Amino acid sequence: MSTPTSGSRAEAPAAKPTDAEWPLWEIFVRSHTGIAHRHVGSLHAPDAESAIRNARDVYTRRGEGLSIWVVPTSEISASDPEAKGPLYDPANDKPYRHPSFYDIPEGAGPM
Amino acid sequence: MDDIAEFALRMGDNALVLGHRVSEWCGHAPALEEDIALANTALDLIGQARMWLELAGEHLGRTADQLAFTRDAWDFRNLLLVEQPNRDFGVTMTRQFLFDAFHLPLLTALSGSSSPRVAEIALKSAKEATYHLDRSRATVVALGDGTPESHARMRDALDILWPYSGEAFLADDLDTRLVEAGIAPDPSSLRAEWERTVTSALAEATLDAPGSGFFHQGGRDGSRHTEHLGHILTEMQFLQRAYPGAAW
Repeated sequence: MSTPTSGSRAEAPAAKPTDAEWPLWEIFVRSHTGIAHRHVGSLHAPDAESAIRNARDVYTRRGEGLSIWVVPTSEISASDPEAKGPLYDPANDKPYRHPSFYDIPEGAGPM
Repeated sequence: MDDIAEFALRMGDNALVLGHRVSEWCGHAPALEEDIALANTALDLIGQARMWLELAGEHLGRTADQLAFTRDAWDFRNLLLVEQPNRDFGVTMTRQFLFDAFHLPLLTALSGSSSPRVAEIALKSAKEATYHLDRSRATVVALGDGTPESHARMRDALDILWPYSGEAFLADDLDTRLVEAGIAPDPSSLRAEWERTVTSALAEATLDAPGSGFFHQGGRDGSRHTEHLGHILTEMQFLQRAYPGAAW
């Protein structure tokens, strides 16, 4: 599925045209205006445009979406699960960081 | 048969037969993502078929189901192109592209039909056809301008399907009457846009359009379907033939 003459098309950085398996993409869908894109899953596609089309068919067939982002899975860096303690535990005893001491007016919408 | 009914059968049978063909891939497509996309396309087309056949049925005193499942091959009015077998994925997507490139401008023109029912169905279907064309065009380009094997298969697909690509644009007496009544465009008027769409996609796909100007016909007036239609109907109509009126 190589596209050597179509330079304008975004290619997955790790894509090797002769690989039998297309590269993996992470899919983010925004369901309502004003809400952030949410991770909904992943799929395989040869390039970014195809990934968006595939995401449209796989993840928005019941009217879930207004906007789709696709990101090559290989481009995502993740935190180290082993470092859970030092990364997150220090936040546990700092309740003053939660904005829970304020009343949110009704009708303010998603915050 | 009145003109609107005959016209609605042409539209509905294209969608029904192609929808059935595409649905044959369900569970067999080369990748999960393609499988779902093809199933979505098939469902879009069968949904369109239902609307057109309901319209035809209102004029003929029959239901859409009766029209779909109890007519014989010579009563079908679909283009020969859409009844051609799937063969491989390249043939399937080439057939889809050649049809979509005709279907979209037709539906766009029909959105301004003097018949409100026709315009309403066309408007809804045109959105689906826009996506179908976007997807089938991209696949034709990717496979044509792909590996040596995908390129060779797409070249074969074009050779197989090209002789069936011209029937859509041949006008007959019914078309003349539909044009006069403002119901539908002259099919030959859609040819230029189809050629632009196909030529540009094939150029990107590094494929040459076959030069042949010979085109099979006989589908849209039902006079000479290919033998493939009968095989489709055998499978598609089995249940209603074996268990007439069955419902669930």
